[in-house]
Amino acid sequence: MSGLDGRPSPDALLAMAQRDGRGRLKVFLGAAPGVGKTYEMLLTAQARRRDGTDVVAGVVETHGRKETLALLDGLEVITSRHIEYRGRTVDEMDLDAVLARRPQLVLVDELAHTNAPGSRHPKRYLDVEELLAAGIDVYTTLNIQHVESLNDVVAGITRIRVRETVPDSIIDRADDIEVIDLTPEDLIQRLKDGKIYLPHQAERAVKHYFSAGNLTALRELALRRTAQRVDDQMVDYMRSHAISGPWAASERVLVCVDGEPGSPALVRHARRLADRMRGPWTAIHIETTGRREEARQASTAEALRLAQRLGGETVTVPGADAAAAVVDYARANNYTHIVVARSHRAHWTQLFRGSTTQRIISRAGGIHVHVLAEEPRAGNARTDGGSAGWPAIRGLTPGAWGGSILAVAAALGVALLLHQFVGISSVALVFLLAVLISAVAYGLAASLLACLLSVLAYNFFFLPPIYSFTIADPENVVTLVVFAVVAVVASDLTARMRAQAVAAQRRAKSTDELYQFSRKLAGAISLDDVLWATVHQVALMLKVRIVLLLPGEDGLAVQAGFPPEDLLDDADLAAAKWAWQHNRPAGRGADTLPGGKRLFLPMQTGRGAIGVLGIDRDEPGPLLTPDQQRLLDALSDQSALAIERVNLVRDVDQARLQAETDRLRSALLTSISHDLRTPLASILGCATSLISREAHLDEAGREAMLRTIQEEAERLNRFIGNLLDMTRLESGPLTLRGGLADLSDVIGAVLRRAGRILSAYQVEVDLQPGLPMLNIDMVLFEQALFNLLDNAAKYSPTGSTIRIRARREGEQVRLQILDEGEGIPEADLERIFDKFYRVRGADRQRAGTGLGLAICRGFVDAMGGTITAGNRHDRPGAVFTITLPVPAQLPIEEEDAA
Amino acid sequence: MTAGANPLRVLIVDDEPAILRFLRTGLAAQGFVVSEAVTGSGVLESVRRKATDLIVLDLGLPDIDGLEVIRRMREEGSAVPIVVLSSRDDEGSKVAALDLGADDFVTKPFGIDELFARIRAAHRHRLQQAGERPVFRSGDLLVDLVRRTVTVRGVEVRFSRREYDLLRLLVAHAGKVLTHKQILHEVWGGDTDVQYLRIYVRALRQKIEADPEQPTHILTETGVGYRLRATD
Repeated sequence: MSGLDGRPSPDALLAMAQRDGRGRLKVFLGAAPGVGKTYEMLLTAQARRRDGTDVVAGVVETHGRKETLALLDGLEVITSRHIEYRGRTVDEMDLDAVLARRPQLVLVDELAHTNAPGSRHPKRYLDVEELLAAGIDVYTTLNIQHVESLNDVVAGITRIRVRETVPDSIIDRADDIEVIDLTPEDLIQRLKDGKIYLPHQAERAVKHYFSAGNLTALRELALRRTAQRVDDQMVDYMRSHAISGPWAASERVLVCVDGEPGSPALVRHARRLADRMRGPWTAIHIETTGRREEARQASTAEALRLAQRLGGETVTVPGADAAAAVVDYARANNYTHIVVARSHRAHWTQLFRGSTTQRIISRAGGIHVHVLAEEPRAGNARTDGGSAGWPAIRGLTPGAWGGSILAVAAALGVALLLHQFVGISSVALVFLLAVLISAVAYGLAASLLACLLSVLAYNFFFLPPIYSFTIADPENVVTLVVFAVVAVVASDLTARMRAQAVAAQRRAKSTDELYQFSRKLAGAISLDDVLWATVHQVALMLKVRIVLLLPGEDGLAVQAGFPPEDLLDDADLAAAKWAWQHNRPAGRGADTLPGGKRLFLPMQTGRGAIGVLGIDRDEPGPLLTPDQQRLLDALSDQSALAIERVNLVRDVDQARLQAETDRLRSALLTSISHDLRTPLASILGCATSLISREAHLDEAGREAMLRTIQEEAERLNRFIGNLLDMTRLESGPLTLRGGLADLSDVIGAVLRRAGRILSAYQVEVDLQPGLPMLNIDMVLFEQALFNLLDNAAKYSPTGSTIRIRARREGEQVRLQILDEGEGIPEADLERIFDKFYRVRGADRQRAGTGLGLAICRGFVDAMGGTITAGNRHDRPGAVFTITLPVPAQLPIEEEDAA
Repeated sequence: MTAGANPLRVLIVDDEPAILRFLRTGLAAQGFVVSEAVTGSGVLESVRRKATDLIVLDLGLPDIDGLEVIRRMREEGSAVPIVVLSSRDDEGSKVAALDLGADDFVTKPFGIDELFARIRAAHRHRLQQAGERPVFRSGDLLVDLVRRTVTVRGVEVRFSRREYDLLRLLVAHAGKVLTHKQILHEVWGGDTDVQYLRIYVRALRQKIEADPEQPTHILTETGVGYRLRATD
């Protein structure tokens, strides 16, 4: 926690130092295309140039806009590099030329751009990194939807997923960010005026994108992301300059909870406040010492858990002065709002010190303090009486009594001995020691007793006249009074320290145990693991017997127990059900059904009860101390969350499975109804034409009809074959009939089988001589190749060439099928291997099942290979690549050459 | 070999009326004398009466499994050629049928030309079994079994002993499929791995095929075995 002590944090200084020597990055951030980022960047650059800065344009996308072009005037533009990519020339920034030119400032438009293959870096922001590392300042532009962490959010808003993203770290490390802000209305007007450059094909999608609602949301995102960035920067600055906060930035809410009945309301209020401000919030509890604190621990823990359930953070800070601790924490962590309750009652300490709330307000300075009126209190809510500032004798146990008396008696003995050598004022110190020892060992009450005894003993044995309680010398009266005051103050301080130490130890121990437990739960995958860990942990930590009940199809039933237990008697079951239904404790010691054997406690999550814990113990009397109650609550909460997590995972899995099954079923139905009927329709049509006497077919016509019947029947057969293959793949792991096989052997076989399909194409087989034998199932592999050739034929113009090429590359053989069709849209490259997925052609839907490639992938995967789809670089066309590992080869037995 | 003094008597065995009808029509048009059976016991009965010269057998029969029919026929000493009809995804039963003594197979669905070719090959093979033809010629391939020479496109090619044994076996069963197991048994005489066979087939193809990647002589029956094409 830097800055707390007024010294710059080492981390912050280190980060600042690392900037030295690097160029400075300025990002012109926009909410959407067309807000004028490039324009603004050029404007700023021109201003810098006039001021004498050496500015060059590395890459600037003007999209042909006149105003933008005009701004390039006078700027040196680095000639872009031409890269040949798939038959097109792509212009990219010439990174090396910029580095060689070494300007002070370079303009690099469109930070999220993806460089053409063959460039040094795949992404432009990496180019920018290099420029910065070389000490060159960079101006760049970026739209908010390209920021990695906001990608999902933006996709959710606009329903368009942007593939080019920039890591957040770039923005976080930017030295300046300028938001180019334009109201949605203005932007839509600019769109209507045609002032926004849109890629032609995406026009419709983009128009949806430019709806007022989307733009408002995007604009807010941009502003908030920048604010967050500025916030971070400010924290850095504050830490490195040891300035204590807060500075106005994004809002952070801190809510103070103690165990007062109003705490839950306070927490809820804080959450609403934070929601309105869209800022984070934290519930803080200051652990002071004292009896009242003990009594309120349970309700404090309850309030903190409520905060967690509502999405807040929680923190517990030890401190003697609650007001000071709260304000210090808020300042150190940059909170802008503190929520507190109005003080509960006026007890006498407030007369001197003011209430905690008043003191928070007076210390808060720039922090807003929200004071909430307390809700009317139920009459029985408070159990402790008396004033909190003054100790009661009630806490004094017989042991502490005796200990204090013994300490004072021992001090008296020592003092009597010492008195022969030293004066009476020194003797007083011995008694002081006894008081401190009592305070350390037994707490405040005992030490005050020791005080009283010491004063009496000192007076009786040492102050003249000795052996009497009267005091002759007025000076000694002063001595005695001073001694008494010192003893009381010292014992109070010491007792407080002791109480804090004891509290810290206890907290550390249970924190540690809870931490271990939460780790155990986090590691648990199945519901059984979670339940077992829970009952085991509770039984171990609380020394109780436990059962855990969860709702099932037959109602609430025991799911786990420690020691293992399966059934409950009727009375217990009734109590458990009551606890479940009413979400309140029931059974032994509770308000409801107190006669039961066990106490049942609902397990809470944010969405209500998730199960019931039942505990019992052989000893009579209360089952749990308040401490244990708190511990159990914490264990139960953690466990409930873990159970909920497991359930959610299961639900999500099931939902996904269900959705997938439904999708497949409907796709299958569509496929069967369409793809089975199409060839059948042709066959039936031809056959009836042949039979019909009215069709008057000549010889050529009859021949054509017969050919159609044959071809369509073969197509139908292939389709059914695909369905069968798919079923084989779906019905479990394939049994492979492996063994080394010759690739050319399979290719020969498949070409023979696909002869008719390929008759209208040129087939070129290009196998590297001496290819190794491969470990493949010949039948499956032939089918995979057949499907690829069928696919190639389907998507290529007749008369074109289909090439089969195989090469050995290291320990792999790469087999490729290349066609001369239109190629595959980039977005479909992976999806075409999905079941029932078909690329929509521009002209028509190709006849097919959408199964062939899915089968290919299934078969090739089963043989330990991989299959990928891509596009040819030398010309339009698709290329499918199967990669198979080269197995250990058989030694060829070279026999007698006959 | 089609119509003549002794037309070939073919028994077609299938329980699908549509298949029977199309086979009956097609085979009769080729000049065969066609009889039909729908059960395995009917087949065995017909074989015992020596009423058939060749059987076209579907493996899925209502009473006895088709493989069992083949086994019993061969056990009873019948050498009547059998061409099996099987479905595509059933390489296992194709191989089993061939290993049990079936002569060849056709995969459903099939074209009638393919079935004619198989029937002719199976029939011819039986006729030749008594005495091997001394010279085999198919396209540009010429094998002289007496002089043990092989000529491809007029050029004599040399083989290792195993290669020649393999080629001779294929020639002896020209037009007919041989399972991996049958070839391994004949050439290697036992349990050699099928991978060795593939290596030797590759070597043979290098020597006799014009384009080893698209072979015209030694054809692969994927998952089953090899077949040497015989030009009729």
